[in-house]
Parts: sequence; structure tokens; C-alpha cells
Amino acid sequence: MVGIFKKILSKLFKNIFKKKKQLKLGIYGPPNGGKTTLANKICEDWLGEEMGTVSNIAHETREIQIKEEISIKHKGKELKFNLVDTPGIATKIDYEEFLKSGMKENEAKTRAKEATKGVIDSIKWLDEMDAVIVVLDSSKDPYTQVNITILGNLEARSIPVLVVANKIDLKKADIKKIQSAFPQYEVIGISAKFGNNLEDFYDALFKVVK
Amino acid sequence: MEIQHLNSIKRINKILTLVKQNKIVLLEGKLKSHEETELIAKTMEEIDSKFKGIEISVMHSSIKENTILWDKIKEAVLNFLLGDRKGFTIIGPANIIKEIKQDPEKIQLLLEEASSKKKKGD
Repeated sequence: MVGIFKKILSKLFKNIFKKKKQLKLGIYGPPNGGKTTLANKICEDWLGEEMGTVSNIAHETREIQIKEEISIKHKGKELKFNLVDTPGIATKIDYEEFLKSGMKENEAKTRAKEATKGVIDSIKWLDEMDAVIVVLDSSKDPYTQVNITILGNLEARSIPVLVVANKIDLKKADIKKIQSAFPQYEVIGISAKFGNNLEDFYDALFKVVK
Repeated sequence: MEIQHLNSIKRINKILTLVKQNKIVLLEGKLKSHEETELIAKTMEEIDSKFKGIEISVMHSSIKENTILWDKIKEAVLNFLLGDRKGFTIIGPANIIKEIKQDPEKIQLLLEEASSKKKKGD
């Protein structure tokens, strides 16, 4: 009886807290899809500052990055949220891959260790998200288990998802391939780097995050 | 090897133990979505200079939007009867499996062999 009462009280407190908390918008995806580039673009547009560093070497973002109280005003509507940029989710991390980009062995091993922790943190944070932008590289094959696992987990948690096909400025970009891989989601093609098609992106974001 | 009766944690530990022994695991059906992320998280904990991680791929038929009603009913019945036992899952060590390419129709397993690559089967 006491247990049941405790559960009800705890749920009540959670709900009160939930109403007051800021919406968390997560950016998820495999490494090097352009998550931080998109996060930077959003922050530049609406806060006037960048969020994190970007690099061509995978696993540049190895810690969860949060920018609080971003307010987007678009076509007469307003959306307020905390933006959470997450490390890329991968099933393998090989420090030798970092050596190829000119890193020293110790540096590469440290980066690999930090990257593994980053993946674990990204997974842990899934439960915290109210909505998620999944950023995929439109020049790469979308049929990967990491992509399927991320989307499957978001679906299982009933978290609203917007799939972004990034890097449409590249010759190999193929938005249709991503659309046919994940037909149940709205897919918006953008270039976060060059700011292409961001109008459509913000339109879709407002639709997904109601 | 029967792992269906094991709980999620034991299943993941069993799979990871086998993969770390350089074995490729072929599972009937698929892991639950939370088990997949748990497997990835556990894999990350185990990564060191020898163990580079895993490659994983799930092959299962999924219903297409333009499927006729009869096929949709068949799919629903199969889902009800087989649940997570539908399709199959391949999990292997990343130092042996270079890449698993998949699309809705086929799976390609690209194996790592010393410094050369070997393509094995469709």
C-alpha cells in the first residue's frame, strides 16, 4: 500500500517537473554525418554563436553538448528547446583508423577511448529526449544497422523523429535512397555546411515538434 | 546454441563472449531494439587495442506500403506466431567482418583478411 502511494507521489512530482522543463531536442546519427555542423548552424542562426568543433575525422564530438534555451521564430510560430548534440553512434571504433589521419598512437588511443564513452552516453541520453533529429550523410548507404537501431529505438520510445539527409551539396548525394530506406519518416535534404534548404528543415521541425 | 530462453543481459553477454572469440554469430530472429543498443553499449565497454567492436546486421522481411491486403494479413499472422524469431541476425567481430552491406533484398558480408579484402556470398 505504501509502495503504491510512493509510486503515485513520484509520478505526480515527475509530471509537475515535466511541465516546467524545457523541451530537449536531440541530434543523433552515425559519426561524420554532420550532426555538429547542423547544431552549429541552428545555434548561429538563433543564438549567434557556435556549439562545437567540426572535423573530417570521425568522432570529433565525444561528449554530449547542450545549448540551452534556443528560441526559433519561423513563419509566425515560436519553438523553444534545449539542443543536445550527441556523439556519433557506432558499433566499432578502431584507434588505427585515427593513425591514418596523422595522429600519434597515444592521441589515437585516447580519442578511441573517449569515443567509446561518447557512444555509451549517446545511448543513455536517448531516454531524455522529447524529439530527435537523425542526421544521415546523403552520400552514403543508409541501410546500416546503426541507422536502423537508432530509428528503431526512437520508435520504441515514441519519440518524434525528423530524418535529415545532410550533405546534399555532394555529387554522390541521394536523398531518394534515404527516403526509400525509411519511408515511414519525413526526410528533408539539406546542406548544413552551406545552409541549403534550411527553410524546409525548419518547416519540418515545427511539424515534428508540436 | 539456444539463447532464446535467456534474459536480455545474459543473451547480450553470451553473444559478446562468442564474438570476442572471433566467432560469427547467426541468430534466428532479431534482438529487441533496446537489446541492440545494450549490445552496442556493452561492446563499447569491451573495446581495447585488440577488440575493435562488432558488425551487426538484421535481415527481415518488412511490409511495403503498397502491399495487398492478403499479404498484410499473412505478415500480421507471422508476426503474431513468430514475433522476434522472424528473419535472422548476423553479429561478428569487426576485425574479421569489414562491413555488412544490406538492403531490403540481400546481405553482403565483406570479410577482412590480413590487409586484403575478400567478398563472401550474397
